[in-house]
Amino acid sequence: MMPGIWQAAILVIAALILAAMIRLFAGPTAPDRVVALDTVNTLTIASMILLGVIYRQLIFVDVAIVYALLSFVGTLYIAKYIGGEL
Amino acid sequence: MISIITLISVILLMLGSFFFIAGSIGLNRLPDVYTRLHATTKCDTLGQSLILLGVMMYEGMTFTSLKILIIAGFLLIANPTGAHALAKGAYLSGVIPCENTEPDEYRDLCAEVDDDLAA
Repeated sequence: MMPGIWQAAILVIAALILAAMIRLFAGPTAPDRVVALDTVNTLTIASMILLGVIYRQLIFVDVAIVYALLSFVGTLYIAKYIGGEL
Repeated sequence: MISIITLISVILLMLGSFFFIAGSIGLNRLPDVYTRLHATTKCDTLGQSLILLGVMMYEGMTFTSLKILIIAGFLLIANPTGAHALAKGAYLSGVIPCENTEPDEYRDLCAEVDDDLAA
């Protein structure tokens, strides 16, 4: 039942990661790059869960939990560092 | 024959992908860091929640589905928190908003606090 549409969604997410990479390299200021990095993290979590459920590699879901926690902590630390509060 | 659950999960997946695409267009097209943050945070949070909900409906009532629900709930809290901290950090580091940003309330608030401290 509609086997190709999940793989198509993963391809769309991969293309959007590339689109966020443009901003990551071209962003004029440092906060622009951090915003792009946060977007890449969110897209990576979504693609990890899709890959894990479609190909029945359920360890990917556990990895996605840890990735979400670490990316949140990393974004908070970088934001505090940019604001000069650290 | 496509079951109704699969149809709902595919519709949720397409809606989530639509919000992801809108967020990426906003990230590449908007003028300054605050508007980019505004676009990506809201679109990515909603798109992520919709895609994860679609995967949960496809998976059914299993333990994996519970883990995915935990990730979705955590991201609904964590993503706006990170964006708030990031906007404050960008403002404190001296990034100037674009000229269309007319009522700059944080600057006025800071000026008020400075006046109170000086008086």
